[in-house]
Amino acid sequence: MTAATRVPAVEGWFTTGEDGAAPALLGSRCTGCGTYAFPPEAGYCRNPDCASTSFETVELSRRGRVWSYTDARYQPPAPYVAADPYVPFCLAAVELAAEKLVVLGQVVGGVTVDDLTVGDEVELVVDTLYSEDGVDHLVWKWRPVEVSAVTPGWEG
Amino acid sequence: MSVAGQASDNGGSSDKKVAVLGAGMHEWGKWGRPFVEYGLAAARDALADAGLGWRDVQYVSGADTIRNGYPGFVSGATFAQALGWTGTPVSSVYAACASGAVAIANARAQILAGLCEVALVVGADTTPKGFFAPVGGERKDDPDWLRFHLLGATNPAYFALYARRRMDRFGATEEDFAQVKVKNARHGLANPKARYRKEVSVEEVLASPMVADPLRLLEICATSDGGAALVLSSMEFARRRAGGATPLVTVDAVSTVTPAFPNTVIEMPNFSTDSAVAAPAVSDGGVATPGFRPSIATAAYAEAGIGPEDVNLAEVYDLSSALELDWYEDIGLCGEGEAEKLLRDGVTALGGRVPVNPSGGLSCFGEAIPAQAIAQVCECVLQLRGTAGGRQVDGARVAVTANQGLFGHGSSVVLSR
Repeated sequence: MTAATRVPAVEGWFTTGEDGAAPALLGSRCTGCGTYAFPPEAGYCRNPDCASTSFETVELSRRGRVWSYTDARYQPPAPYVAADPYVPFCLAAVELAAEKLVVLGQVVGGVTVDDLTVGDEVELVVDTLYSEDGVDHLVWKWRPVEVSAVTPGWEG
Repeated sequence: MSVAGQASDNGGSSDKKVAVLGAGMHEWGKWGRPFVEYGLAAARDALADAGLGWRDVQYVSGADTIRNGYPGFVSGATFAQALGWTGTPVSSVYAACASGAVAIANARAQILAGLCEVALVVGADTTPKGFFAPVGGERKDDPDWLRFHLLGATNPAYFALYARRRMDRFGATEEDFAQVKVKNARHGLANPKARYRKEVSVEEVLASPMVADPLRLLEICATSDGGAALVLSSMEFARRRAGGATPLVTVDAVSTVTPAFPNTVIEMPNFSTDSAVAAPAVSDGGVATPGFRPSIATAAYAEAGIGPEDVNLAEVYDLSSALELDWYEDIGLCGEGEAEKLLRDGVTALGGRVPVNPSGGLSCFGEAIPAQAIAQVCECVLQLRGTAGGRQVDGARVAVTANQGLFGHGSSVVLSR
C-alpha cells in the first residue's frame, strides 16, 4: 500500500509543512496600512481609509487563544465530505494577537467541547479533511496546547 | 388623538414616517408549495386589511428567495404578475435574512420621495428540509460554499459560538437558553400564524438532541414556508382615509446598516473577522467601533428620535434561544452580560416591562427568509393596534424589530402609534 497523495483542500490558504517547517495559515498583509486578511485578499484592502492594491502573502501566527467553540453533532450537508460513519468534530474561533483577527477552524479529532474553554491557547496543525481516490485532502485545524491526550493529525 | 400626537412629538422626525395601512400573512409551515402562493395570499390579506384593491398599489417591493429559481430572484415582478399585471413599477431585493427590511426600506423611500403614495411589500419562501446548505454547484470562490466544504460549519455552529461565549464570559447556563424557548413557545400559543404552537418545559428542551453544543434541537430555528406583506402609504394618503376604528400605525425608522470596519465578531459565512491592526486603539485616541449587531437598532433609534427606554415590545431574530439574549443587549434593553437577569426576572415575557418576541419569534415560526423581517413588522402592527389577541402587550405604543442578514446586512424597524 502506497502512501496517499496529500493535497490542500483549498489552494493558497495555508502551508502544509511538507518541507519540514511547521504549517501555517497564509494571510494577506496590506502594504499600505498593515491590515491582515484571511483568506488572503489580493484585490482590495478592507480598511475604508486605505485604497492600497498592494499586498504581501504572509504566514499568520501559529498560536492563538480560543474566542469561542462548539461542535457538530450532526453530519453537515454537502459540500462537506463526511467520513462514513460520521464522526462529530469541534470547531473553534481563535483570536490571533499579532494580527488582531479571529480565524475559524475545526479542532483536531479526539477533542470534545469539555476540553475547551474561552481563552485556551491552541496551535495550528494540518490534518486530513477527507480522503478520496487515494488522495488525502488537507485542511488547517486547531489543536489545544495543553491537551496532551489528543491524537495529533499533523505529521509535520 | 393625544396618544398619536405624543408619539409623533416624540419622534422628532415625523417627515420620515410612512403609514402602515395593511399587514398580511400566510401561515408558516412546511408544505413545499410554490412560494408565489404564500406571497400572493399574504398580499391579498394585507390589501384586505388596508381596505384597498390591487389597482390602488403604485409600487411593488419584493424580497427575494434564492432557493426557488428565477422567479425568486425577480420576486417583485413575480408577485405583480400573480396579482395581475397593472403596469405597476416593481423592485426585487436580496439581503439574506434582512431582505424583508430592505424591501420595506425601498418602498418607504419611494413614498418619502413622493414617487408613489401606496406601496405593497411582499416576501415569501419555500424551504428544503434540514440544515440550510449552500446553493448548489462547486463554487470555490464563494465563502458560503467553502465554509461547508472546508469546515462543515453549519448555521447553528455560528449561533453556538455566540452561545458558548455567553456561558464562558457571563455565566449563562443551558437552563437560561432553555427558558428562552419556554417563553417563546408560550407566546406563540396564541398566534394562529405560527408553525409551532405547543408549550414546552425546560426539561423537554434539555432532553432534546444536542446539535451544536450548547444548542439543542428545540433551541435552533427551523426552516419554514411562509409569506408576509405590508401595504405602506404616505402620511397624507393615510390622513385622507382616516376614521377607522384602529389607531394608525407608522413606520418611523428603518435601519439597513452594514458593519463598520473593523468588524471583530466572527460572522456567518466568514472564515475570519476583520483585522483590527490598522484601527488605532482607544488608548491611543482611537474611537471604539460599536459591534455590528449593536449598531443595527442604534441607527433605527437615532432616526426615530427615540431610545431603547421608549420601547414597549421587540421582535428580534432568535435564530437560536441564546441569540435572543445577545439581542437584549444589542437593542439596548440592558447592558452587556445582563440579559440572563432580564430573562430570569420575567422582564421580556408577556406581562413583563418589555416583552420580546410576543409573536413567539422564530422559535415558533421557523424562518422563511425573505418573509421573516416583514413578519416581524406585521406582529408589531397588530400589537400597536391592540389587536394581537391572546398575546397582546397591553398599551403598546412603540415597537422595534431587529435582525441581521448574512454578508453584513442589518435590519431594524421602529414603529409607533
